[in-house]
Amino acid sequence: MIIGSLTFFVVAACFAVFMIVSILRIGLGPTVADRVVGLDTINTLIVASMIVLGAAFDQVVFIDVAIIYALLSFVGTLYVAKYLEGGL
Amino acid sequence: MAVLLYVLLGIGVLFNGLGSIALMRFPDVYTRLHGATKCTTFGSLFTALGVIIYGFATGGAAYNTLAIHTIVALIALLITNPTGSHAIARAAYRSGVRPKQAVVDKLEERP
Repeated sequence: MIIGSLTFFVVAACFAVFMIVSILRIGLGPTVADRVVGLDTINTLIVASMIVLGAAFDQVVFIDVAIIYALLSFVGTLYVAKYLEGGL
Repeated sequence: MAVLLYVLLGIGVLFNGLGSIALMRFPDVYTRLHGATKCTTFGSLFTALGVIIYGFATGGAAYNTLAIHTIVALIALLITNPTGSHAIARAAYRSGVRPKQAVVDKLEERP
């Protein structure tokens, strides 16, 4: 226990604020591609905050969730991109 | 060691915030993609490095497991995130979105 868990909670709170900004871009975005970019940013931020929360709560399960979430959101992004291209 | 962890987490939060600001302020799909994806990948790399060093420096079996799983998550993130953003950029160009202030568009079809 080098640093307390409060630091990790503060970092996760900052990530939540950045996610709200990305949600604004999803609402505002003029084209569909803008909304997909916002969604991809939110996915990355969720993975990062899951890692940080795993360190805050001292639980390995959160980080396993982060691994699975990264891979599944990659598949989702690829499918949305394929749909935008017109190949689906 | 605590100072190193604070610096790593601070760099991560700073770059993730820069990515969000880039997502709000840039004028175009491609510039938004550029700013948001690069900054969030870099920031997440540094926060994950902070958690890895936290796990290995605390010691014990549970914390070593936490650090090793974080390494796996970091590798998954580093592989999937640029690939997904490349797919988004390609799909955006194919779906008819053009760069807003571009002078030269080399992907354009020759007449």
